[in-house]
Amino acid sequence: MSLRLLKKALLRLGFWSLIGVLLLYAVFPFYYAIVTSLKPSSALFEVSYWIENPDFANYAAVLHQASFLRAIGNSLVVALCVVTLALFLSVTAAYALGRVKFRGRGTVLMMVLGVSMFPQVAVLSGLFEVIRALGLYNTSWALILSYTIFTLPFTVWVLTTFMGQLPHELEEAAIMDGASPWVTLTRVLLPLLWPALVTTGLLAFIAAWNEFLFALTFTLTDTQRTVPVAIALISGGSSHELPWGLLMAASVLVTVPLVILVLIFQRRIVSGLTAGALKG
Amino acid sequence: MIKLKLDNVNKQLGGMRILRDVSLEIAAGEFVVFVGPSGCGKSTLLRLIAGLESICGGDMLIDGRRVNDLEPRERGVGMVFQSYALYPHMSVYDNISFGLKLAKTEKSSLRERVLKTAQILQLDKLLQRKPKELSGGQRQRVAMGRAMAREPDILLFDEPLSNLDASLRVQMRNEIARLHDRLGSTMIYVTHDQVEAMTLADKIVVLNGGRVEQIGSPRELYERPASRFVAGFLGSPRMNFLAARLHTPGTISLVDTPILGMTSLPFDSTNLAAGTALSLGIRPEHISLNAAQGTGGIVVTSVEYLGSETYVHLETGQDEPLICRCEVSAGWRAGDRVELQLEIDNLHLFDHDGTALARQSQASDNSPNDISLHPVRARAL
Repeated sequence: MSLRLLKKALLRLGFWSLIGVLLLYAVFPFYYAIVTSLKPSSALFEVSYWIENPDFANYAAVLHQASFLRAIGNSLVVALCVVTLALFLSVTAAYALGRVKFRGRGTVLMMVLGVSMFPQVAVLSGLFEVIRALGLYNTSWALILSYTIFTLPFTVWVLTTFMGQLPHELEEAAIMDGASPWVTLTRVLLPLLWPALVTTGLLAFIAAWNEFLFALTFTLTDTQRTVPVAIALISGGSSHELPWGLLMAASVLVTVPLVILVLIFQRRIVSGLTAGALKG
Repeated sequence: MIKLKLDNVNKQLGGMRILRDVSLEIAAGEFVVFVGPSGCGKSTLLRLIAGLESICGGDMLIDGRRVNDLEPRERGVGMVFQSYALYPHMSVYDNISFGLKLAKTEKSSLRERVLKTAQILQLDKLLQRKPKELSGGQRQRVAMGRAMAREPDILLFDEPLSNLDASLRVQMRNEIARLHDRLGSTMIYVTHDQVEAMTLADKIVVLNGGRVEQIGSPRELYERPASRFVAGFLGSPRMNFLAARLHTPGTISLVDTPILGMTSLPFDSTNLAAGTALSLGIRPEHISLNAAQGTGGIVVTSVEYLGSETYVHLETGQDEPLICRCEVSAGWRAGDRVELQLEIDNLHLFDHDGTALARQSQASDNSPNDISLHPVRARAL
């Protein structure tokens, strides 16, 4: 075999083994979590990578806890509210920032970017005081408010970029047809933006769903907790025992829907962006 | 009846003057074309009329009322954009009816108007399609339908044919002309293509550097251009310009050109000083060639064969050759020596700043109708 062919084969091999390593790194923990959740508690500390007899006892135990189901409900409500609120505010903000040339636009955009770099921990104590002053402590609204605040910079930035890319003539055609800014936004521009809305909405949903720090700090009782905190507080039979099986089962229950959502919408996002919806 | 009147309209953007003191009047039912080179301000002028840009100075009146501060929908104008700008997520029917829906037109009358518009533009079979399923010409027509559906007083076209290929352009040009005949509405059309301007317009407005150069019918502009710019802009191949010098000013001027020699021409130059630099303009089709005697005459440098005619390039010692339109049968070839005959009636004389000199009517029957050119003083040829 010539040297060039050999080199090519080696490069191919290197490429695919790199892919393999990355795949393993990303997927293995999740895979192992599923495997662990399907083991009976006695077999937990045996290291095995394949399940002979899947045992759904852990899942049954998790789902029977009313507080856990409540936590899932809370998380869902919070995440959905955050997405709706963030998208509504971002779309209207993006319309102004992306389409209207006003003095100070650049400054506002820079401020939005700057604010998004804030570490959550730094803001925690200050935000806590605000939440308490508003009387929102230990309610879902505390979380909805805080998550929206932290999601907005990202969504505004992404949507502003997308808005700026829509052709100007489309808007002018709408003006000639007699459309007010609100009509232009909702009936002309929004239908063209939906791939961007799906992307940002999904990412906002995931961020709100997975958030732990604020959820731990701003909620007190079991009825108000969200899922990440609920999982962290799962305790076993004695204080020295961590119920790994239960933990894994809960984690899988909570993560799998997200993974499925992303897999579904991932295709939509790609096809939406390449469909040439902006021609003409 | 004057439909649109612009009175000393000015427009500046970011310190740059885009339009200077533009004044014009458009009668109802006229087809007016704004034409000029890129950057002359014609698109800006159209957008000013549409209401997409604000007027900085001057007045605009539609049907006698001042519309400077009115929104586009209140002015009664419709616009066809260069890139069509159709709503991609709506069908052809929805695209056309959008404006009517926003104007809260009653449902049955809305449907009737959309169908009528679609029929005029031959879109009735395509009403349920989306823009991406249409060809360029079809999209063009949908864009026109959308502008027409609300039956505006003035229809504006912003270079609508520049995105189409050559053969489609000719076809669509005819369709627009027929549309105008059929609807009889006032239309304002912007283009950089002087052929479109000449063929479609009742009245042409030539713009250059934000100023109006000349307004008139295609014939007036072609045969009696008011400036060197207009003379050189309309007509292809371009009018020939020869450098000349005013020898003796007067109601009949004595003019000196390197090729022509000293000739008196029927143009009024009483305001000018002797020795002023002038431009002599003559179109390629107004020059006739005869074979030169002996070694005199002007040399043919090249001949362009176009099938229906030929263009003969002549060496004149200037930067650009003199172009002359000849019949194919004349059979001129590179290297031939020729004598020129110019039709006086189609000669133009321009001042050093580009203004055309006023033409005098023929004083007597003795005046020659043609001038023969032979290089009396052969300078560095």
